[in-house]
Amino acid sequence: MTVLLFLEQMLNGLQLGVTLFLLAAGLTLVFGIMNMVNLAHGSLYMMGAYLCATFAQWSGNFFLAVLLALPVVALIGLAVEIVALRTLYARDHLDQVLATFGLILFFNELVKIVWGPVAIFMDIPPLLAGRVEFIPGAPYPVYRLAVLAVGLAVAAFLWWLITRTRLGMLIRAGAANREMVGALGVDIRLLFTLVFGLGAALAGLAGMIAGPLYVVEIGMGDAILIKTFVVIVIGGIGSIRGAFVAALIVGMVDTFGRVLPSAAGLPAALAEMMTYILMAAILFWKPRGLFPVMG
Amino acid sequence: MAALDRRHVFVVTLLALFALLPIAAQLADQPFYIGQFRRILIFAIAAISLDLILGYGGMVSLGHAAFFGIGAYVVGILNHHAAEETLFLGLLPGSRNVLITWPLAMLVAAASAGLIGLVSLRTSGIYFIMITLAFAQMVYFFFVSLSAYGGDDGLRFPGDTVIAGLIDTQDDIAFYYAVFAVLAGVLYLCQRMIESRFGLVIQGCRENERRMQAIGFPTFRYRLACFTIAGGIAGLAGALFAAHESYISPSIMHWTRSGDLIVMVVMGGMGSLIGPVVGATVFLLMEKLLPDYTEHWPVVFGPVLLLIVLFAKRGIFGWLRPREHRRAAP
Repeated sequence: MTVLLFLEQMLNGLQLGVTLFLLAAGLTLVFGIMNMVNLAHGSLYMMGAYLCATFAQWSGNFFLAVLLALPVVALIGLAVEIVALRTLYARDHLDQVLATFGLILFFNELVKIVWGPVAIFMDIPPLLAGRVEFIPGAPYPVYRLAVLAVGLAVAAFLWWLITRTRLGMLIRAGAANREMVGALGVDIRLLFTLVFGLGAALAGLAGMIAGPLYVVEIGMGDAILIKTFVVIVIGGIGSIRGAFVAALIVGMVDTFGRVLPSAAGLPAALAEMMTYILMAAILFWKPRGLFPVMG
Repeated sequence: MAALDRRHVFVVTLLALFALLPIAAQLADQPFYIGQFRRILIFAIAAISLDLILGYGGMVSLGHAAFFGIGAYVVGILNHHAAEETLFLGLLPGSRNVLITWPLAMLVAAASAGLIGLVSLRTSGIYFIMITLAFAQMVYFFFVSLSAYGGDDGLRFPGDTVIAGLIDTQDDIAFYYAVFAVLAGVLYLCQRMIESRFGLVIQGCRENERRMQAIGFPTFRYRLACFTIAGGIAGLAGALFAAHESYISPSIMHWTRSGDLIVMVVMGGMGSLIGPVVGATVFLLMEKLLPDYTEHWPVVFGPVLLLIVLFAKRGIFGWLRPREHRRAAP
């Protein structure tokens, strides 16, 4: 493996990492603050990708499509929260698993009815097409760099939101001790609805920017959802910082796990296993993740 | 006590219906249903095993299909080698004798469950759900990577397994009754188990693990034993499934299959042994019959599942529970 190839794969790993972070950020807060298992987060990722593909076809402009699709996904998220999830917070984990599993079935079939079973291929927007010689001698796709930039920008925004604003303070407090925050007079329900809407928008955004890179298809949310779970569990449920670190680790392991075994002549599916072996190992020594949230 | 009898009547009637089904199917000249219901019985066994940890042990595992799949693969791989007359890993000959393959499937699945439980049971709550899911994915991708046994496409193997020289799995009816006998045996043994001291400790851990520890029970070991036994029974169900299909593929342990198993258990009635049997029957019949009406039945079934969780948590079998018991139940 040459140095150039190594650097290129490192960028790929970072780019996958920030995509995972977009999904994990919202989910880890949902899990952390409300102690709630939500399997349907991947469905919002899928909805984001499909809506963006449709809007892009109508308007012919990818950026406009993203701007249009974002509020729609956030609204879908809010609707799901208000109609279904709100009643589930007080229930046990099994109920939450089952109910959100039902939501996955619903959304996958809904997409099949509305968009049909055939996968959609999205074009990379012309403005971001092509490659740039970012590292001398190794031209790298501009679009992937843009994804990386968006991911880092969102991470910076979340860092600001969580550590520097009053809302962020409440979110952190909610993750650490929900009852206490409620007892101090904060409307924890409203707080959570907001957090859920934000998480939905981020998941949708992840789906939108992943659309041109991968394929927009039914069930695309399920596969990445499980990787997201790995991320938030490794990072420590409820911790944004943990989610960021873990997302980058998982992105790297997944990317290099794909390249190295095939170079050594091993089957590629071993790469998929690597992530889970990593998770099992980390949980064996640190059962509450790398950055456990007090509570 | 009269109300308790009502449930006994239900159990006996249900089992009698399953026992009579092949005869009825023959009379109606619909032998197709024998295979359909054999599949239902097999998934019922798997659902019962999940209920041991889910309903009795209170451990929400989202990776139970992995053990089902491991059991299926043991049978499939051994059959494959027997047919090809090659050696497994260049060491072991294959086998078609189910007296060897089925117990071995159980053993390997139980051993895997033991190992996975050893790590998973250190965690609790959401972490436990996630780690069981992650292990199941690990197993899933392991079998996807096994290109010698078909990888992603799966493996078809000659299905002429013979049970102890007596029952041929190609014989629809004989195989049906073999599966029925296994189901009855599993039901009987599980009933004995949950009434035993061991079973009571497991249920005690579900209610309050810390208190059980305070009394002096090494709860981790008890729960691990329960997890291992459940894995073994799921492996047995998987072995039956491999013989039923003459085909194995990683898709049988996809994580949504684990979700389906949970749906069966909860829909039928968690924390009872016959509930999962009812749940498996209803779920698989729906999966078979509903597409005739609309191809898009999941779009209805998803929200129905949500409603079941919100309003009918007791499950179908739970409705038969007498009123006074219902109120007493936590």
